Amino acid sequence: MAEHSVFDEMWGDDDTLRAPYQNFHDWFDQEDPKRLRAKNREAEDLFRLTGITFNVYGRSEAEERLIPFDIIPRIISGAEWAKLSRGIEQRVRAINAFLHDIYHTQEIIKAGRIPQEMIAQNDAFLPQMIGVDAPGGVYTHIVGIDLVRTGPGEFFVLEDNARTPSGVSYMLENRETMLQMFPELFSTNRVQAVQQYPIDLRRSLAACAPKMTTSDPTVAVLTPGIYNSAYFEHAFLADQMGVELVEGHDLRVVDGRVAMRTTHGYKPIDVLYRRVDDDFLDPLNFNPESQLGVPGIMDVYRSGGITIANAPGTGISDDKAIYSYMPEIVEFYTGERPLLQNVPTWRCSEPDALAYVLDNLEDLVVKEVHGSGGYGMLIGPTATKKDIAAFRRKLKARPKNYIAQPTLSLSTVPIFSRTGLSPRHVDLRPFVLVSPDGIKITPGGLTRVALKKGSLVVNSSQGGGTKDTWVLEE
Amino acid sequence: MLGKTANGLYWMYRYMERAENTARLIETGQRIALTRLNQTDEEWASVLQSADSFYGYNAAHDEISRDSAIDWMLRDKDNPSSVLSCVSAARQNARLVRTAITGDVWEAVNSAFMALKTTLARKVSERDLPSILRLIRHHAALVRGVTHGTMLRNDIYDFARLGTFLERADNTARILDVKYYVLLPSARAVGTSLDNVQWESILRSVSARGGFRMEFGAGGGPREIAEFLILDKRMPRSLAFCAGKLCDNLGYLTSDGDVGQASVERVNALKNGMLSKSIDDVFDYGLHEFLQKTLEEISGISRQIEQDFRFYA
Repeated sequence: MAEHSVFDEMWGDDDTLRAPYQNFHDWFDQEDPKRLRAKNREAEDLFRLTGITFNVYGRSEAEERLIPFDIIPRIISGAEWAKLSRGIEQRVRAINAFLHDIYHTQEIIKAGRIPQEMIAQNDAFLPQMIGVDAPGGVYTHIVGIDLVRTGPGEFFVLEDNARTPSGVSYMLENRETMLQMFPELFSTNRVQAVQQYPIDLRRSLAACAPKMTTSDPTVAVLTPGIYNSAYFEHAFLADQMGVELVEGHDLRVVDGRVAMRTTHGYKPIDVLYRRVDDDFLDPLNFNPESQLGVPGIMDVYRSGGITIANAPGTGISDDKAIYSYMPEIVEFYTGERPLLQNVPTWRCSEPDALAYVLDNLEDLVVKEVHGSGGYGMLIGPTATKKDIAAFRRKLKARPKNYIAQPTLSLSTVPIFSRTGLSPRHVDLRPFVLVSPDGIKITPGGLTRVALKKGSLVVNSSQGGGTKDTWVLEE
Repeated sequence: MLGKTANGLYWMYRYMERAENTARLIETGQRIALTRLNQTDEEWASVLQSADSFYGYNAAHDEISRDSAIDWMLRDKDNPSSVLSCVSAARQNARLVRTAITGDVWEAVNSAFMALKTTLARKVSERDLPSILRLIRHHAALVRGVTHGTMLRNDIYDFARLGTFLERADNTARILDVKYYVLLPSARAVGTSLDNVQWESILRSVSARGGFRMEFGAGGGPREIAEFLILDKRMPRSLAFCAGKLCDNLGYLTSDGDVGQASVERVNALKNGMLSKSIDDVFDYGLHEFLQKTLEEISGISRQIEQDFRFYA
């Protein structure tokens, strides 16, 4: 994609400073770059000291790394956000309705809007969830919707994260860091707060407690342990919510409830915010090798003794093959036209689509249906001939495993580089909380930024960084 | 509280305490080596014994030398009680119990780890040793200080204290036991400058020199030293003091009476039995035997606490 067609969120299409950035830019102009550089280093030291690190898989020693933080905020106007959040809410409602339907009467398949085999032959579909009523009717308690922007009013959903979306701790710590380093910016800009997220999360989880809970629900966070890449976030959220952080070996089923081993014996848990994948959740019901889960938790869940957040089996809604049906899904359950656009998607399982994709590999992004973290994907325009040839073979061997999308011209936001402000591509992951009391979207979310010039890969595991994300008051 | 969390707190503070004690032992050993009043290699052998890492050291080395003994105790990854191993383990436990400790405590432990990981990445030269030992002491003091200043006085704090005082009692008993012979009544008659150095080194190993001098001026011999470090209830590293603290914190933890009674009984028995005797009784019993018995009791109490409070599944 040619450089001139990229939309920059600070400078627009035509090098005119956009309104949300006006105040910030005035401030930036007055600042001594030397002071800012020192502040940038200060931010890194702060992150290291507080331990906001992630572990890297596949290293000999459990190495801890920082996700690079950039001090230039990404700024969204109140009006832009209001529009976006309506679209996000509509989409999340539809995802929840879809999940309930898929594990009950499957009306959407009966209506012919989604082919039967998309569900039946999908690994993310959990037969164990058929007929199970999630407490409070909520399947996806916490959702992250990945958005990209291509123009002033043009946002696309890149993917839905309905299993265990991560990154919210960075959203919170980025803001905390900015508040500490540049307090003056927050008196000249009216930025909507994000700090209430942990309290909202606890309330939202508590509101989803099983019916049998009579007193204040006991909430706990389930982590795979200190070697997990997102352990910091698990500990952070438990700490901020004031709840216990547990591992599988702290839990067992006692008298039909899931209970945690305390110094005073076993104590039942009402709501478990699990950051362990479905497959590892219960060795009796899923992967028998799992050491991370709780034997029998699924049976307790089915009998209404615990709320698991997110519910098992939500992966069927954020699968990349299902993604291409999202416009139909939104329309089917809400009766409205989708407010957020999907990126056009070719399902390689379909012969016509596959033929087109194979003919246009150098212009397309090809992704694994079940992949994540930016691994196992092909970015046609930047790939070498060799990469493309290798991918062509993989694609032909297992076409069902892949989808393809056009290379979007992702918007840019400046980062603070050695030469001053330099535009880099970004995406956005807003975080959504769902409970019977309603849907809550924290204003902003996590902005990930590709630090390499021209790069479109924003994943932290592949050298991406993050920015504070501001939504201004209207 | 989760049993796992109690376990993590207990060990986090045991390891912080051990890191500091190991640093102090190195300091004492170095001091004796510099005064050159003794066969220094012999001295390092007894320092290694005090740190309970003599066997590990011998397995990894052919002979005892100053440099390799210091390196082993300061930064060897194969030595689980080296300062670096202890601080890493303390931090690992702190990560595990991140939700139970305050942000200040976490930052103090994390910065101790970051500073020492960098400083101890290379072999430490003799010239740098004093400042590095001081750095270790400062970080340990900082962790203790923020623990004191920011943590709620609840069960979390109690488990932290149990770890601290069990480890400390264990260390003091061990240091005394390695040197018990210089404190025996028969040694009193000798009174050579060599003995003075030995006595002084015992006091220094437990940071008790100042307190002892305040109490006894220029006087005081082995009998007073033994009494001070075993039975004195004001000396914060004495066995009686540690046992008293263990009683207090276990008492708070078990005030509702439903768990931990076995631990309470054992600690009470130690405090009101062996550690309430007179120093003459201790010598009559046999100092070495007494210390051995105390060390056994300490590790028995540790196991009892682990069991009573469900540290493991």
